[in-house]
Amino acid sequence: MDQIKNELTHKSKASKQDVRGRTIAFICIAVIMLVVLSILFMITSRGLSTFIQDKVPVSDFFTKTVWNPSAVDANGHYLVGALPMIVGSFSVTILAALLATPFAIATAVFMTEISPKRGQRILQPVIELLVGIPSVVYGFIGLTVVVPLTRQLFGGTGFGILSGTFVLFVMVLPTITSMYIDSLKSVPRFYREASLALGATRWQTISRVVIRASVPGLLTAIVFGMARAFGEALAVQMVIGNAALLPHNLLSPASTLTSVLTTGIGNTVMGTLPNNALWTLALILLVMSLLFNLLTRYIGRKGGLK
Amino acid sequence: MHKILTKLIQFSLIAIIPILLAGCGGRSGSSVTIVGSTALQPLVEKAAADYQVQHSNVNITVQGGGSGTGLSQVQQKAVSVGNSDVFAEQQDGIKASKLEDHKVAVVGMGPVVNKDVSIKNLSMKQLKDIFTGKIKNWKEVGGNNLPIVVINRAQGSGIRKSFERVVLDGKQPMNAQEQDSNGTVQKIVEATPGAISYLSFSYFNNQVKSLTLEQVKPNAANVATNKWKIWSYEHMYTQKNASKETTKFIDYMQSKAVQQKLITDLGYISIHDMKVQMDANNKITPVKGGDH
Amino acid sequence: MKAKTIDRIATGIIYALVSVVVLILLFLLGFILIKGVPHISWKFLTSPAQAFIAGGGIGDQLFNSFYLLILTLLISFPIALGAGIYLSEYAPKNWVTNLVRITIEVLSSLPSVVVGLFGFLLFVVQFKLGFSIISGAIALTFFNLPLLTRSIENSLSAVPDLQREAGLSLGLSKWKTVTRVIFPIALPGIITGIILSAGRVFGEAAALIFTAGQSAPAINYADWNPFNGTSPLNIFRPAETLAVHIWKINTEGIMPDANQVSAGASAVLVIAVLVFNLLARFIGARLYRKITAGK
Repeated sequence: MDQIKNELTHKSKASKQDVRGRTIAFICIAVIMLVVLSILFMITSRGLSTFIQDKVPVSDFFTKTVWNPSAVDANGHYLVGALPMIVGSFSVTILAALLATPFAIATAVFMTEISPKRGQRILQPVIELLVGIPSVVYGFIGLTVVVPLTRQLFGGTGFGILSGTFVLFVMVLPTITSMYIDSLKSVPRFYREASLALGATRWQTISRVVIRASVPGLLTAIVFGMARAFGEALAVQMVIGNAALLPHNLLSPASTLTSVLTTGIGNTVMGTLPNNALWTLALILLVMSLLFNLLTRYIGRKGGLK
Repeated sequence: MHKILTKLIQFSLIAIIPILLAGCGGRSGSSVTIVGSTALQPLVEKAAADYQVQHSNVNITVQGGGSGTGLSQVQQKAVSVGNSDVFAEQQDGIKASKLEDHKVAVVGMGPVVNKDVSIKNLSMKQLKDIFTGKIKNWKEVGGNNLPIVVINRAQGSGIRKSFERVVLDGKQPMNAQEQDSNGTVQKIVEATPGAISYLSFSYFNNQVKSLTLEQVKPNAANVATNKWKIWSYEHMYTQKNASKETTKFIDYMQSKAVQQKLITDLGYISIHDMKVQMDANNKITPVKGGDH
Repeated sequence: MKAKTIDRIATGIIYALVSVVVLILLFLLGFILIKGVPHISWKFLTSPAQAFIAGGGIGDQLFNSFYLLILTLLISFPIALGAGIYLSEYAPKNWVTNLVRITIEVLSSLPSVVVGLFGFLLFVVQFKLGFSIISGAIALTFFNLPLLTRSIENSLSAVPDLQREAGLSLGLSKWKTVTRVIFPIALPGIITGIILSAGRVFGEAAALIFTAGQSAPAINYADWNPFNGTSPLNIFRPAETLAVHIWKINTEGIMPDANQVSAGASAVLVIAVLVFNLLARFIGARLYRKITAGK
């Protein structure tokens, strides 16, 4: 009797183990959140000091187009117009993601639905290889191959958003493809079987069942792809022209938030306006990627199953 | 209540880990950490390696990170030496009076163009007009019909400050491509028809064409006499009361052994060879004999 | 149009897109390997780098890359695994959890130079770890955690609930179910996550310049005591990785054979990543067979 009572009123070994496991898992997520929050705190506090400490009007930052933080204009206002970089980052990232997504979907579908054997043995390792190539190598190839090609085909100097898009397209392709392959694989087999049994063709099964069932996974993949594009500096910098000008078309030189940030951070001194302005760029980058993230989630909720 | 407590404990646990790690990190032995200018880094790194062969008890770490990083870190006493391409007086946010300047080398810079450009010489005025955007085609300066692609250097970088001081004469440069490293500029000029930019002498090679200015050749002898005007010092800044190891290493950097061999090998100009000197206000005066 | 025709057209389009991707891949790898492989020799792989004369190798950098990768994975994988398990198995489905997910994803879009500077200020300066492998590994961990955590979480939640129910109905605790039933099934996806993040560690430069540093002091390969200054295993020595080295010679390199060294180093890097990927897949497959009791 006592033994039964004991078993009923005390936690079993398994339950204790569960609590312990849960705690460990929680600590891990807490560590990550601590790291994330401290980075966010640092960027936000430094980024906002441009507006608070140096009293730069917020509207100037987002609407002016001249970027030269170490100088002032005739009226004594700092020249910190980030609009060209915001436009540049936006266009390169969106274009690269738009371009890469169909290719990534096709490649992933090919590898999981059409030719799993060849696809996975050969194509997947090779695609994953691309992630490990340092961006400076991408930049160099972009400079010697993509830029001249753009110059020949479309005119101009070859430096511009278009070249940046091509280079980023190749850089984000492996991330999107690999992550999407995993979510395609996780679509239960009986979905496909059920669809085929109903007489649907392979394409109908792929497009109406498999892809739709994996929309959330696809969106996560795209978000991470865009994140890579946003954060990329060296490769883009070498092909986009890196001039803080408002781009009027895809062929005129432009610049991105990240490249201006990376270029300038070593030449400025902590706590001064030129340095704070760079942190503000990082903050904008964060806010922009947050917006993208929410947007893709929203689309996912509308377009996904159920 | 119990739950909150557990979470608190977990959080404090996490906070302790890095501190523990930091405890293990306290390294013994005398060490000199040098941070800053990427242009100066290979020189100092090589010198440090040579130096440590004879002084194995000193541990010298040389890293890049940029002149601004070097100056701000030495100001905060986070590192022993800050390498810089610019005078501390010319850098925003640095209290130059708190730091001690050690000039270790002179670097000359000059304009380079893509090999398709046919001209060999420019006047100062023409160079200025190109970088301010007044001249847009090479035929306007007697070259072939080719649009000019200006590639400027990064805002705030030492090389751009020196170039603009001499060439632009206070005028604003046109809005153009900006690249931050000599290697990247070299590659872009090499690959882009009609491109013009400027490089340190050590990065001149046969893939790009260096120009003469007012018929003066960009070389060490002309820099020493200030006939070639685009040059600057490479500085190593320390705190006023630097440690003995730091001072000894900087003395080594300025010694004949380094100045006559390593510095010239790397394409820099020895401070001992200079017949003129420049102060932080960019004033140039002749060197009185027997300075060193 | 008939469904069959559409099917054929769609398949054709997929084949076309895939061929473009394959062409790009072949071109890229061909470009890197053809330019680089002729410069690879035993001497190149084992000798130390030279700052301004020809004939430098990449021996130390190659070792540093692998060592840094292993350290980074040792730190980041357990944390990411725990966090992934929490997010997919334990976290309540509410806005807080969603917020956590979004924050993690947003972090991964940070330019690596920002992560590098953060690591520099916190570890190198504040905690006095100096420019060292350990600072670099922690900075890369920050960099790695978002992608790794999310891909582990996704692989875990892709496992059908049936498996969880089966585990629980056998009387296993939830933790046991996760570690003994769910984790093994999710292993292939987790391996993909590791490979992707390892690739980024191999290829990363900007985050390391400020943390692990960009100089490679001489290493004494005869001394394997991790507490000695010149030992390869010492985690407090500065360490330039292969990607940082490639970055350095491309930006400020003045050795006469900079282009050759850079091309050779890039090819070596690609081969190293390939070797690592194949190895990870091989070990993963063995492990998968062992713990899922398949053939």
